[in-house]
Amino acid sequence: MKIESAKQKQASDWRLGIAEKIFNSLMSNAAILMIILLSGIFITLLYSSIPSIKQSGLGFIYGRVWDPVTNQFGGLSFLVGTIITTFLALIISFPFSISLGLILGEYFKKGIVSEIFKNIIELMAGVPSVIYGFGALYFLVPAIRHIETHLGVPAYGVGILTASIVLAIMIVPYWASVAREVINLAPNDLKEASYALGATRFELIRYIILPFTRSGILAGMMLALGRALGETMAVTMVIGNNNVLPKGIFDPSNTMASVIANEFTEATSDLYLSALIEIALLLFVVSLIFNLLGRQIIKRMASR
Amino acid sequence: MAKNKLNSRIFKDRIFVSILLLIGCICALPLVLILFFIVKQGINSISLQFLTHLPKPVGEKGGGVLNAIVGSLMLISMAAVISIPIGILGGIYLSEKKGTKIANLARSSAEILQGIPSIVIGIIAYLWIVKPMGHFSALSGGIALGFMMLPVILRTTEETLNLIPNSIKEASLALGVPYYKTILRIILPCGISGIMSGIIISLARVAGETAPLLFTAFGNPYLNTNINRPVQSLPLIIFNYATSPYDDWKQQAWGASFVLLSFILIISVVAKFVTRRWRVQF
Repeated sequence: MKIESAKQKQASDWRLGIAEKIFNSLMSNAAILMIILLSGIFITLLYSSIPSIKQSGLGFIYGRVWDPVTNQFGGLSFLVGTIITTFLALIISFPFSISLGLILGEYFKKGIVSEIFKNIIELMAGVPSVIYGFGALYFLVPAIRHIETHLGVPAYGVGILTASIVLAIMIVPYWASVAREVINLAPNDLKEASYALGATRFELIRYIILPFTRSGILAGMMLALGRALGETMAVTMVIGNNNVLPKGIFDPSNTMASVIANEFTEATSDLYLSALIEIALLLFVVSLIFNLLGRQIIKRMASR
Repeated sequence: MAKNKLNSRIFKDRIFVSILLLIGCICALPLVLILFFIVKQGINSISLQFLTHLPKPVGEKGGGVLNAIVGSLMLISMAAVISIPIGILGGIYLSEKKGTKIANLARSSAEILQGIPSIVIGIIAYLWIVKPMGHFSALSGGIALGFMMLPVILRTTEETLNLIPNSIKEASLALGVPYYKTILRIILPCGISGIMSGIIISLARVAGETAPLLFTAFGNPYLNTNINRPVQSLPLIIFNYATSPYDDWKQQAWGASFVLLSFILIISVVAKFVTRRWRVQF
């Protein structure tokens, strides 16, 4: 009798051990999968762009001609288009992001105003890219066309400026929420000290909070930049999709993401496909760098 | 004199706040405009027929977006099936094995994965699934969306579980409950609200994603429920209709935007409700 129950116990112990092992291995495999996924993505992109790297070399970056028919793949116009649109977008969204960050992080931490703006930011982040693009086609493009006819430049309506404005609207929620976080991080003793010296809120912001949060706001900019670089749909819809080096901010152009979206399914030759994948590789690496930098800065601030 | 100076400083402060609030309101303007027009135009084009019929060719009145609605639901559920179990398991690992090399590496990987442009994810799904299979398919689209949900679920699970005090786990282990049962029956239920809201938020995000579907799910004018065939989805149909030159189609695009946006809003509200109802409280 006793022996039997001991045996039973042994059996159930054994079963338990198996269950434990299975659970542990599932858990660690799920975590390891993340690492495999990331390295797999990088290796796949690198491997698939080898033909294009071999063919064009560095010319891929400074070449001006993008002609799939003659197998000439120079991506300079997309690089320039991406850089201009992104930076214009950052400049436009800067005042909005900082204002929202200050409103939520300093002036109205609680209460109805804060709830309203919080919801606005959440909604802005929740609206899909394609709907922003649609809205821009409907409202912004005619408005820009109107301005262009007044200025006497060719009135395309679509172009770098239009894309930048849409992008700016789309990155505001990300930048603003990072700004809010870092503004919240400003040390209370400094704030209290400045109030004790009779500072107004405006002076507190100007002399304490802004200097303290400068690097954090920069980090927010980098995270927003990483997002803006990869933003595809809205930009594709309003940038005009023109593979020529842009001469001004009203010109139609193309960004790295939008050229992939436009041409990937039409890429007939392997080399063409490989060239587009090389653009994706560049996009991946650049957005990775900005993301890591931004996160690093925020982590350093938070640990201080 | 001193009083004057003080007054002017206070005045400056007031002006500054008003400017901030003004800029904040300007910022909300495009959002309000878009939402207003989607509701206004969307209501016009939405009807029972719109929700239960397939698209008609250009020029013919009527037609709906049933194929896109079905396709979107298929893609989202596939993404959820792939990403939820892996994401939660990985999240448990990260919070349980804090500080180990693998955990740190996996956490950074997830952070980076979260920042990868969605179009790059689309290319990866194309290279890994569409190319070997030889055709576009709903499956590849679902996997692409799953890749986007995975890091979000993993991070929110980890963050939620980190909030749960160790004493609960210790109490359970001290009572002789096996480790895996402690995690599954004690710790996970404690953090269910955070995990659920992470899942719902990531669902809302991928529901509107278009870029990864361009070369995976591809789009399909007919109703399809086979995961090996291309499917239409709401964001794709909005993109196609919005960039088309036909007024009929643009009107349809407003309707589709209305459906998509209401879906996203409803699940976001559900997420909020879930967090409020079952908040982690200790």
